[in-house]
Amino acid sequence: MIDFSVILAGFGGQGILSAGKMAAEAALYEGKEVSWFPSYGPEMRGGTANCSVVISDEPIGSPVVNDADVVICLNQPSMEKFEKQLKPGGLLIIDSSLIKIQPTRDDIKFVAMNASDIASELGAMTYAPISMIGCMAEATGCIKRESFEKSLYEILPERRHHMIPNNLAAWDKGAEFAV
Amino acid sequence: MAQKRVLMKGNEVIAEAAIRAGCRNYFGYPITPQTEVMHYMAKKMVQIGGNFVQAESELAAINMVYGCAAAGFRVMTSSSSPGISLKQEGISYIAGAELPAVVVNIVRGGPGLGGILPAQGDYFQATKGGGHGDYRNIVIAPASVQELYELTVEAFNLADKYRNLVMIMGDGTLGQMMEPVAFRDEEPIAAVEKPWAACGRCKTADGSVRPHNTVTSIYIDPDTLEAKNRELQEKYKIIEENEPRWDEVNVEDAEVIITAFSTCSRISRNVIRQAAEMGIKVGMVRPITLWPFPSKAIAKVAEQSSVKAFLDVELNAGQMIEDVRLAVNGTKPVYFHGRMGGNLPTQKEILDKIVRIHNGEKVEGGIV
Repeated sequence: MIDFSVILAGFGGQGILSAGKMAAEAALYEGKEVSWFPSYGPEMRGGTANCSVVISDEPIGSPVVNDADVVICLNQPSMEKFEKQLKPGGLLIIDSSLIKIQPTRDDIKFVAMNASDIASELGAMTYAPISMIGCMAEATGCIKRESFEKSLYEILPERRHHMIPNNLAAWDKGAEFAV
Repeated sequence: MAQKRVLMKGNEVIAEAAIRAGCRNYFGYPITPQTEVMHYMAKKMVQIGGNFVQAESELAAINMVYGCAAAGFRVMTSSSSPGISLKQEGISYIAGAELPAVVVNIVRGGPGLGGILPAQGDYFQATKGGGHGDYRNIVIAPASVQELYELTVEAFNLADKYRNLVMIMGDGTLGQMMEPVAFRDEEPIAAVEKPWAACGRCKTADGSVRPHNTVTSIYIDPDTLEAKNRELQEKYKIIEENEPRWDEVNVEDAEVIITAFSTCSRISRNVIRQAAEMGIKVGMVRPITLWPFPSKAIAKVAEQSSVKAFLDVELNAGQMIEDVRLAVNGTKPVYFHGRMGGNLPTQKEILDKIVRIHNGEKVEGGIV
């Protein structure tokens, strides 16, 4: 795998940057090369937030992603902006709980999943992007569920370990939507 | 021994590297996109018994650096472009007083307050002076989080070795991105005697009491000042001889050579791979030290008969290209591709230009 890239985008506060970081940590756990690059404008809760994650078996060239393998969108403005930055044949995953439009491109794969509803059932909205990462991983094989789980135990302080089962549940729910 | 790789933000790694290099003194003032350097220092210095001061301004911070370095301690400050402009008076004084200090510039778009996104518009400022007088900073441009670590440690060693200011020049991308970094168990810290330090009547190793030292940059007598300047120039000559660092990628047989530093070199690595798939041999010379500039390395590559042209890629209107052109010395054309304002060039933009150059088209070195 060379320079597999994903863009995660949505509102600040949805856990986008953290979810991207958790995906990167899982890939690092597998011994892969990774990079994580956030948008860092004057963002705040309710503003836009996005990050790019690159996973590779070789040293990563650019951490800046212009044509992604996967785009994960948790709000409509992000979808309008980042759908264009998907490679032909790439995978677009959207949170259908929040986005009511359809993609304009027909040369991409498309998954609409009710990520925010899944997250809401699990008790925190920040599980939404995690479920979408689960979907991405299942569809592309970019990271393994086992490395995601093991890396969580490594990076999270013990007082947060009680959240790991819910993260895994979110992942599994998302994986069911994989195409 | 290298430790297990951990995922860290570039800015945090700079701070961690400084601490590992024995820096126990940090003075700064917050500004995006480098504030995490301060955050990390604020948290860590308290834990390890170091000194952290959020100064009232950038001017105050750089003069605290002056004082601390004059007393013989390893010291660092960090900022981003507008803040670095404010520090220039202090930087010139540090050059005049020959003090070892490390200054980090995580560059953002200018001029003026500009924006907060990545840029490389401070190349001239960093390498050609910035403050007043005939002086040089050693300027290091890391291109990855791992390099931010290794080269920040090295910056402290170089500063002590030459009694010179060393600037780490990154950009918003490098400061904000996370990548794995493997720390060493022990840092290669060169122990340097500082008999010139103004530390009062401190005791020396043999137990005798040292006379008072004076650290200054004022020499009113013109002959004394000229002699001081000659001394500085001699030192700079030695640094130019010994310290240029660069990286070469696929230079052998290359038809087009990219010159790029830091973030632009990362994007260019992908371009090199894409070009190879199209059958175009592209190589790269990546300056790691922007001053001393690796002119000889570039001149040598320019001599290769395979090389048709150079393409210099920067996040500015064309600054390092002047040094590249001086090094190439008219033997090959040097073209330019740059973006400004916080925008980054896409791989496609660079590749398109390379294809045109490869086809022998005349490519104007303008801005996109």
